[in-house]
Amino acid sequence: MDVSKDTTESAAMTESSPDPQANPQTGSGFAGPSMAVAGSAGQGSVKRNRGEGTVELMGLNAYYGSTHAVRGVDLGFAADKVTAIIGPSGCGKSTMVRCINRMHEEIDGARAEGQVLLDGLDLYDSRIDIVAVRRAVGMVFQKPNPFPTMSVFDNAVSGLRLTGVSRGELDDRGREALVAAGLWEEVKDRLKAPGVGLSGGQQQRLCIARALAVEPEVLLMDEPCSALDPVATLKIEELIGELKQRVTIVIVTHNMQQAARVADTTVFMLDGELVEVGPTEKLFTTPDDDRTEQYVTGKFG
Amino acid sequence: MSANQHSLLLDRGNLKRRNRFNKAVEITSTTAAVLAVVVLVIVVGSVFLKGVSALSWHFLTTPTALFGESGGGISNAIVGSAIMVAIAAVMAIPIGVLVAIYTTEFAPPSIAHPVRFVLDILNGVPTIITGIFVYGLIVVPQGHQSAFAASLALAIIMLPIVARTAQEVLTLVPGTLKEAAHALGIAQWRTTLRITIPTAAGGLITGSLLAVARVAGETAPLIFLSSIFGQGMLTAPGEALASIPIFIFRSSESPSSTAHTEAWAAALVLIAFVLALNIVARAFYARSRKRMGA
Amino acid sequence: MEAGALSNPVLRARRNLTDRIGDPLLRGLSGLAAALAVVVIAGIVYEVIHLAWPAIQQFGAGFVTTNDWNPVTKRFGAAPFLYGTVVTSFIALLFAAPISIAISIYLTELAPRRIMRPVATLIDMLAAIPTVILGLWGILVLGPFMRDTIEPALHSVLGFIPIFDGDPSAFGYLTAAVILTIMITPIITSVTREVFETVPDDLKEASYALGATRWEMVRQVVLPYSRSGMVGATILGLGRAIGEAIAVAQVIGGASLINASLFHTGGTLAAQIASQFQNSAGLQKASLAYLGVILLIFAVIVNVIARVIVQRGKIEDFQVTETEAAAL
Ligand SMILES: Nc1ncnc2c1ncn2[C@@H]1O[C@H](COP(=O)(O)OP(=O)(O)OP(=O)(O)O)[C@@H](O)[C@H]1O
Ligand SMILES: [Mg+2]
Repeated sequence: MDVSKDTTESAAMTESSPDPQANPQTGSGFAGPSMAVAGSAGQGSVKRNRGEGTVELMGLNAYYGSTHAVRGVDLGFAADKVTAIIGPSGCGKSTMVRCINRMHEEIDGARAEGQVLLDGLDLYDSRIDIVAVRRAVGMVFQKPNPFPTMSVFDNAVSGLRLTGVSRGELDDRGREALVAAGLWEEVKDRLKAPGVGLSGGQQQRLCIARALAVEPEVLLMDEPCSALDPVATLKIEELIGELKQRVTIVIVTHNMQQAARVADTTVFMLDGELVEVGPTEKLFTTPDDDRTEQYVTGKFG
Repeated sequence: MSANQHSLLLDRGNLKRRNRFNKAVEITSTTAAVLAVVVLVIVVGSVFLKGVSALSWHFLTTPTALFGESGGGISNAIVGSAIMVAIAAVMAIPIGVLVAIYTTEFAPPSIAHPVRFVLDILNGVPTIITGIFVYGLIVVPQGHQSAFAASLALAIIMLPIVARTAQEVLTLVPGTLKEAAHALGIAQWRTTLRITIPTAAGGLITGSLLAVARVAGETAPLIFLSSIFGQGMLTAPGEALASIPIFIFRSSESPSSTAHTEAWAAALVLIAFVLALNIVARAFYARSRKRMGA
Repeated sequence: MEAGALSNPVLRARRNLTDRIGDPLLRGLSGLAAALAVVVIAGIVYEVIHLAWPAIQQFGAGFVTTNDWNPVTKRFGAAPFLYGTVVTSFIALLFAAPISIAISIYLTELAPRRIMRPVATLIDMLAAIPTVILGLWGILVLGPFMRDTIEPALHSVLGFIPIFDGDPSAFGYLTAAVILTIMITPIITSVTREVFETVPDDLKEASYALGATRWEMVRQVVLPYSRSGMVGATILGLGRAIGEAIAVAQVIGGASLINASLFHTGGTLAAQIASQFQNSAGLQKASLAYLGVILLIFAVIVNVIARVIVQRGKIEDFQVTETEAAAL
């Protein structure tokens, strides 16, 4: 089940690599700038027959009180692809990502305007339950945060339990999630041990397992490796390469090498605005915008 | 795109039930909070409404009337309470702060922990038991009650409150401050008295004020330490003195409605004093926390 | 020259002299103060047992189970008051614990900041009200209300249960229990609210991000994380309820026999001491002190348990942060 580093990297670096699960790209018109949404659930996909996991932001604005943190962003995230978001600190990356699972509005005084479409359906539509949004759009945080009062296994199925899954199914799906997060082999003998007893990298993969267990369409990752050592980081990056076959992945990162290694598409943000979006390789080598060029060559930020 | 592709978002499964349960919990919690505030308003409101009519300058400045006569006040009770609480504070505050200094600055953990433990136990001793203790210790050998005995009991009740809050604020004093002093070769005791204590002063005052507020309304030990007192304005701590809590307790048990009205008025005085002390204590606490950057 | 200054014999002598006295003096004084706290506890235990000794000798352990308190026959027992203490404290806890937790959930998870602060302060104020005033309110406001409204209602609906049978009265177990509930709810609430506030936001966010409703987040994160703090707070409240003498003495009515009806007058350990110690002598006074011994044992056990639970909770949390730190 280990994917060698080389395979992952080449798969991530070159968008058209012969990934066995890669799907024929199907362009679809939408209001995003300079980018076509790609990907659809193919036959070989692990994905169940639900939505496809395409996310589109349309005229998204986010505020903290009077602070305008995300300014009129139009952007699409292709299904079954990894999209990285880069930009200097405070440019609104986290805020934007947290609008996709509506975590932004949990903060006192915070609000969002505009549309976030998941497979064409507006997540801010009044008919849609915020709890269903969170289930469809999973999230992994900067600092590993397994529930300290729960065992490894209970952590993995903590989201699933809420949905009223039967006991028997819980065991299977918990294991499946741990396998998917590449953690099963390491923890199968200590499922009952506290989740916080794992190493930092294992904890983060446990958090990924926890998010995957409810089978979301989209997985948001906000700097998931910034608290980890290089070896643990590498494991997560490999995992991201595997996971994109089942979920759309949006990853915020400060590490441009990481974006280059894992992302099919990269988005560059500045001061709450979207500056440029394109295939990762192009964005890092021949960006269209001067500001992007300056940022990726380390001239500011 | 067919509808079932959005099953995750639109097919609510057990969501309806979950949301309903959540709503029920939210309503229950809100109701509980409202209920608590309503009870506070009713209690304080009763005291205020019923007490304010009997409250007058005369009531505050006249000693309690002779038995069977009306028109008395609570000046002797106010003075008696003030004397007892003041003596208690003078005993308990320095000792409490010293205990805190010992546990935070000098004692190794193997001693500091048991001392904290003892303070917590002392804090949990019912005040009526403290009263029995002082009764056996002072009233029995002396053969009569005294304000001093009451003060001692109040001091024992205050001690763990002062010491525990002092411990908390002293541990909040940044270690870097103390280290800086040590690095300059300043002795421990100077560091403690000149740097640690002044830095923590706000918090220490808070703890002391809260302890004073707590014992100002304390009634149980006074019942058998300072409840048989003479008429008029008395001030000698060697004999039993009147106090506001005992006045309220006595009047509340009386069948006379005049006595009840006087009890409400005295309660209003006591509640105003206690709540005012609490507010001042909080202000000091907020200030000292800000100062220590906590 | 620093070295010069330090080796200057005059300077060194002066510094050393005050410091040689000052350091051990402060250490000794503060150590003495700490020892005093220990002595006080020991003194309390000794003195209460000492005063109770005649009764302990006379009645022995049978005191605890004797359902009688008769100064004329000189037969005294703790059973009526143990019963009253247990019943009133248990009922108070039954109401106060869930109400306090509900209030804390409201304050930390539901209320907007600008409401949370003032309401939390108001509830802390409720904790500061002297119990003699609660008792006064109990006698003049709550008691009549219990007698005229609550107890008749309970009687008409649940009257077939013995505890709700009997004539409504202003004073009795139930009125005392309600006063104790009002007394300990703010105490428990202040502690649970503080504990709830220490729950890390990232755990709450993790739960919400998994699709938890607010209540599910509370059940999944806040309650388990605060478990030991909540239990500790509740037991602390129990300790206060058990030990409260004045407010209970004011409203429980002072009967000295067990009565099955909660509406009936009764007594508790602390209240009985408060109402009789002053005007008693001889064996009766010793018996009251004996009640004090039992009360003291109760109080110490309850407080030790509360402390151990809170402490264990702290150690658990500490281990968590340590492993977290080690992981990062
Ligand atoms: N809770 C908050 N309250 C008020 N303002 C906030 C809050 N969180 C973020 N902001 C502001 O919103 C803007 C965007 O913040 P955001 O956290 O989205 O940036 P970011 O790109 O994720 O930064 P970083 O790389 O440091 O994580 C910043 O100016 C920040 O100061
Ligand atoms: Mg961020």
